[in-house]
Amino acid sequence: MATVSLNGIKKTFGKIDVIHGIDVEIEDGEFIVIVGPSGCGKSTLLRMVAGLETVTEGEIKIGGARVNDREPMDRDIAMVFQNYALYPHMSVFDNMAYGLKIAGTPKAEIAERVNEAATLLQLSDYLQRRPRELSGGQRQRVAMGRAIVRKPSVFLFDEPLSNLDAKLRVQMRLEIKQLQRRLGVTSLYVTHDQVEAMTLADRMIVMNGGRADQIGAPLEVYANPQTEFVAGFIGSPPMNFLPSEIEPDAPEGARTLGVRPEHLRIASSGTPATVVYSEALGAETLVHVTLPQGGQATVRQDAVIPLPAEGAAVHLEWNATDRFFFDAEGRRR
Amino acid sequence: MAGMVEKRGAGYWMTHLGLIIGLLFIFFPIWLAFVASTVSQPEIVKPPMPLLPGDQFFENYRKALFSGINAPVALMMLNSLVMALGIAFGKIVISLLSAFAIVYFKFPGRRLFFWLIFLTLMLPVEVRIVPTYQVVANFGMLNSYSGLILPLIASATATFLFRQFFMTVPDELAEAARVDGARPMRFFWDILLPMSRTNIAALFVILFIYGWNQYLWPLLITTDPSMNTIVMGIKQMFPSGDDIADWPVIMATSILAMIPPVIVVISMQKLFIRGLVDSEK
Repeated sequence: MATVSLNGIKKTFGKIDVIHGIDVEIEDGEFIVIVGPSGCGKSTLLRMVAGLETVTEGEIKIGGARVNDREPMDRDIAMVFQNYALYPHMSVFDNMAYGLKIAGTPKAEIAERVNEAATLLQLSDYLQRRPRELSGGQRQRVAMGRAIVRKPSVFLFDEPLSNLDAKLRVQMRLEIKQLQRRLGVTSLYVTHDQVEAMTLADRMIVMNGGRADQIGAPLEVYANPQTEFVAGFIGSPPMNFLPSEIEPDAPEGARTLGVRPEHLRIASSGTPATVVYSEALGAETLVHVTLPQGGQATVRQDAVIPLPAEGAAVHLEWNATDRFFFDAEGRRR
Repeated sequence: MAGMVEKRGAGYWMTHLGLIIGLLFIFFPIWLAFVASTVSQPEIVKPPMPLLPGDQFFENYRKALFSGINAPVALMMLNSLVMALGIAFGKIVISLLSAFAIVYFKFPGRRLFFWLIFLTLMLPVEVRIVPTYQVVANFGMLNSYSGLILPLIASATATFLFRQFFMTVPDELAEAARVDGARPMRFFWDILLPMSRTNIAALFVILFIYGWNQYLWPLLITTDPSMNTIVMGIKQMFPSGDDIADWPVIMATSILAMIPPVIVVISMQKLFIRGLVDSEK
């Protein structure tokens, strides 16, 4: 299929810098998830790759060729939009066939490709329906079908699951992953949901305020976050941040100590804390505590461990290897 | 059954009574016109005026359609039809294109152009009639279909309506079409136009009637009776001086003038209502 490389990509709207320079090399067939809070520039980055936004500075290459000045249709990409963007007056078949029709593909081949995609996506029974006669999940599939039939080198997904309910989202997430594996097409996927990022990505780009804070495999990013932002954004419930003075052996310049909820234990000795309340989730329990030094923390523990009473004075402990220290700028120490 | 009547109460019947009286009140002049078109001239002039149709229906209508007073009414209806259709289609085409330009293209002075178009709303035909006449006369378009149609085509209202509609079409749709490889006019033709078809139908009804009912402009620029439109033609049928007005023929013409707008409204009603009921977005 194709590699994608972004070299020093910058984007400015008027006088506002939205993206401050992103460099990443994407391998052929790789599934890249761009994740970050709203307003971090992740959608803008994707739209620049699609050709829907101009590139202020830097270079985008798809399959080794510079595409900065090419129209979207000449970039060999296909895009799945957040609200699906299906043509409301066309049948499912026509929606999927539209791009091929414009490209002048012979009718027989169009029918063959659309039917193939429809079978793959279990849409064969719905080809003559209008988008409004479909459920949300089916519309989502049509949007993906429209992307698949064009056999592009790169798939671009712009928050494709955010309009679905929670259960369907999990199901479609699996389907997207399987589909991408099967077709082996290089994919860029934008989301604000860190669970989607963790489960889908071969590598993820964690964006914060127009910068790529960290690029890496999901578990690597989780285990070894480079900034305080990444540490807090990836993982649910998020990492606990405590004043670094709690630890006598904190490195020079460290201001914040980060420990993930699953690495905290309620013990008979250690750092004192007060239980605020507990949330029993079935398999596990989240215990929320406050510390006398200020700050709150969440302890994630197995459900078999008895619940501490609200207001109880407890002690917290953790292993020295599970600590992360961050300086005043949020960088790892 | 008794329960139902009780439940509806007196208000229900009073409402209907009020509506029926209102309807009769509005319908009565039309009925009178119809009656007058079916009797002979002496019967109309002699009081009291008849309230039931007479036996001259075919005679009067044949006379109106094929000989008329100044020009045959059939010809005037054809003129009106050409003018009304020309104005309706012309306005729809021009305003679709200008709304497309204003909404989907970024060009310098975009806002200025929009406001310029919008400003013309404040200048109806009557206000700019003298300069418009001058222009049309200089182009040699007096007594012609182009002279009847062209000055009335520019439409701020329709442009504004389509602009509002296009702005409700999600941007992602235009982007999806762009990724699919559709050039702007292709997007317009394949996607925007089919999506606006109910708006177009509604506008067509309104604009057809607007064109059909034009009075002042055709009166001004058509001096040749063979170019008269029916609405102004009725007025031309009134005699000047002491001549006797041929009321049955004039009334037959009035009734005939009403028929095409009624047909348009009734035949487009379904599309019009369907457009209001199922929103496709």
